[in-house]
Amino acid sequence: MATTAHEIAWQHDVDAAFDEAKRTNRPLLIDFTAAPN
Amino acid sequence: MYPAPAVTALIDAQFVPVRQHVKQQPQAWHRFAIRWTPTVLVLSPEGKEIRRIEGFLPEDEFIGQLELALGHLATTKKDWRTAERWFETASGREHTDAGPEGQYWAGVARYSGSHAHEELAELRRRFEGRYAGTSWAKRASVW
Repeated sequence: MATTAHEIAWQHDVDAAFDEAKRTNRPLLIDFTAAPN
Repeated sequence: MYPAPAVTALIDAQFVPVRQHVKQQPQAWHRFAIRWTPTVLVLSPEGKEIRRIEGFLPEDEFIGQLELALGHLATTKKDWRTAERWFETASGREHTDAGPEGQYWAGVARYSGSHAHEELAELRRRFEGRYAGTSWAKRASVW
């Protein structure tokens, strides 16, 4: 999905994100929220 | 804080961003021992917790916290130059909590990279100027 400059491409699968983090050598930032979608 | 362009730019450039809703993904609440929302965790690619940010922060404070996290991530790799650069960047945020903390850890990174004890004395002197009276100045006062 294309995003604008002001959107973050949030992922929702933590384990898949860890795989990407290892592959790209970047840290994970996990935002825990209770805000309505 | 996320709609702010500077926040999104830093996250896009440096992190793999994940969002977990406490009602939709309650297992994540337990897995990472979340006590409150919002909470932001920065984890190394190997899963080691680098920084935990609990509660809302204004834009400049939040960016400073992420810069500190990137500095601490670099220290786990003993990449002292990168760590110093991120900590120095945070130290420039003079009206945030990250400012004095960044100044402290930048000095520690310089010392860790050089093992020159005068770096610690210089750090103590720096705290006599900018950020004097902060808790981080107290930590540096021993040198």
